[in-house]
Amino acid sequence: MTAVPTSWFLLLSAILFVIGAGGVLLRRNVLIMLMSVEMMMNAVNLTFIALSRHLSSLTGQIFVFMVMAVAAVEVAVGLAILIELNRLRATTDVDDVSSLKG
Amino acid sequence: MIIQSIWLAIAFPLAGLLFNGLLGRRLGRGVVGIVGPGTVALAFVVGLFAGLDLLALPAQDRAIVVTLWNWISVGSFRAGMSLLADPLSVLMVLVVTGVGFLIHVYSIGYMEHEEDRLYARFFTFLNLFIVSMLILVLADNYLLMYVGWELVGVCSYLLIGFWFRRGDDPQDPVRLKDGELVPVPANLNPADSGKKAFIVNRVGDFGFALGVFLIWTTFGTLNFADVFGAAPEIASGTVTVITLLLFVGAVGKSAQLPLYVWLPDAMAGPTPVSALIHAATMVTAGVYMVARSHALYALAPTTSLVVALVGVITALYAATIALVQTDLKRVLAYSTISQLGYMFLAVGVGAYASGMFHLTTHAFFKALLFLAAGSVMHALGDVIDIRRMGGLRQKMPRTYWTFVIGALALAGFPLTSGFFSKDEILAKAFEFSPILWALGLLTALLTGFYTFRALFVAFWGSARDQELFDHAHESPGVMTWPLILLAGLALFGGILGLPQILGVDHALAGWLHPAFADLEGEGAEAIHHGLSAGLEWGLLGLSSVIALLGIGLAYWFYVANPGWPADLAVRFKSVFKLLVNKYYVDDLYDLLFVDPGKALARFCAQGIDNAAIDGIIDGGARLIVQGGAWLGRLQTGFIRHYALAMFLGVIVVVAYFFLR
Repeated sequence: MTAVPTSWFLLLSAILFVIGAGGVLLRRNVLIMLMSVEMMMNAVNLTFIALSRHLSSLTGQIFVFMVMAVAAVEVAVGLAILIELNRLRATTDVDDVSSLKG
Repeated sequence: MIIQSIWLAIAFPLAGLLFNGLLGRRLGRGVVGIVGPGTVALAFVVGLFAGLDLLALPAQDRAIVVTLWNWISVGSFRAGMSLLADPLSVLMVLVVTGVGFLIHVYSIGYMEHEEDRLYARFFTFLNLFIVSMLILVLADNYLLMYVGWELVGVCSYLLIGFWFRRGDDPQDPVRLKDGELVPVPANLNPADSGKKAFIVNRVGDFGFALGVFLIWTTFGTLNFADVFGAAPEIASGTVTVITLLLFVGAVGKSAQLPLYVWLPDAMAGPTPVSALIHAATMVTAGVYMVARSHALYALAPTTSLVVALVGVITALYAATIALVQTDLKRVLAYSTISQLGYMFLAVGVGAYASGMFHLTTHAFFKALLFLAAGSVMHALGDVIDIRRMGGLRQKMPRTYWTFVIGALALAGFPLTSGFFSKDEILAKAFEFSPILWALGLLTALLTGFYTFRALFVAFWGSARDQELFDHAHESPGVMTWPLILLAGLALFGGILGLPQILGVDHALAGWLHPAFADLEGEGAEAIHHGLSAGLEWGLLGLSSVIALLGIGLAYWFYVANPGWPADLAVRFKSVFKLLVNKYYVDDLYDLLFVDPGKALARFCAQGIDNAAIDGIIDGGARLIVQGGAWLGRLQTGFIRHYALAMFLGVIVVVAYFFLR
């Protein structure tokens, strides 16, 4: 069985990253934005793992565990902010919370 | 010996000043009225004992230097806080504290209508003046003298502007016989008058300061004894410049041409101030300074001639203005300028003792005249226009009679104090140059005329303003007793300096002789000048005739033929207008100095300060505010924008690393 070439993984990862970035930049719903950030991180994770396999090195896989831990923390904080925001303003739309401006 | 403690003469009024200044308001006017005059009386007693001490010393030792402490010591520059007690300075101490004490007492009555606060302030300032004047006359070096010189200027400013809330005082125009109204310039308000006095004095003080600097660079010391000792070895040109610069200071302080303009306006102050500062004492500081520096002036004949000329021209000039003034105090102010001119004539022709003699008698009779005028103002509710008075001699006999004595002394009526001192100056001037004498004699005629014009108009005849007349009353004893004492001094002060031809000693010249001993031909035995006895009797007789003639003319014009002055005014209308407007000198100074000065100040304030400097500061601030507002727009509050900026930033950085 022929292995899937590394370049395919990298291509998929890049596509996932761009979708994530587009989601952060274009969507207004905070929940979606958080999910998009998560997608960008996972795209990076995929790159790490693909290259780890390609280079037969475990360093990339170890790095992925760290990213997942950070992502868990980030989601915990992000969701907490989201819940508070919803409680205070009854909204999840980021454009409604633009009072901190010059 | 008390003369070693001559500093007490300064310390007593200083204590009074601190006491009245710090506590006077709380302790009430009773205490202030005792402390103010009392400390000056103590200073007078100190001066009296110091004089007795001097008399006990042999004549050549009558100059005691009391060093209190070393004031400034920088490199080779030394100035001691040291006082010089010699016959000249002790005479000044006695005049200042003696006349000053009587005026302090008078002020108790004169200022009785002021609030407690102002009452205490007034006596504080008066004591400050006595302190300053004593520092001036007792100083033993030019620097300390300059300190006193400036301090009396400050006191003058403070006291002229004492009623600084009052506005301009418009004067009624003169209605001529042909119906034309000649406007009389309004009297400046006290605040502006104070400023005027201070600023005009600064011009003179600048010259004085330059003179002191030049003394320092020339002699390397400012000490009187050292300077006068070294003076004969200095080039005469330098001495001339030094003396001229010092004289510029005297011209300012003693209100001579061309810096006399502040003195008439100084009459905006309370009348005791006019009497004490602007007639009896402070304005004579210039004469004292010239007499004190006589060793220098004797070496500079050019300067002495200038001094004499300025003196005699000022004397005549001011007398002509006094002829038409309608304000009683201003008549006296111009006569003060005129009499100061006589004193400068005396010191200019080298008759220093005669100048000091006239200074002393003038202090008596001019203080008396001012206080009497103040008594009239007090009675009439501050009305000072003689055209609204008349007939006051029945209402205020004491004021009237003391004013008569003062007027007689001022006019040089035979055997009064002013007669002897003025005649002595005229005789000395005759010896020097008959032209100066003739001008002086003409001034004496005018003096008799304008003095008695004021007296006849104010006190004789019938009431011109019935309401004012009914209101008038004699002043209280606390005001009339100083008048009576001063009248005694004005009447008999001539005893101090009887002419030699009467066969008695010239007491004041004898007293001053040790101070002027370095001058040849000056002093008790030399007061009998080079004139023959017959000529001297002649001059004496002529002076008497002139004085009587002036008084008689005033009687002729204002009592016998009251219509004449108005006729004359119509006939010589241009001259009359010129005199009423004081030769337009004030207007000329306004045009030449005051207006350009104000324009310059306005340019500096609006052009440089407001526009340029504020523009730079405000512009810088505005730039930062604008820039901040502009940059602040970047912060939109939309997370999307921040995220986009981050992505773009990352792309730029990555692109940079790839394309490098």
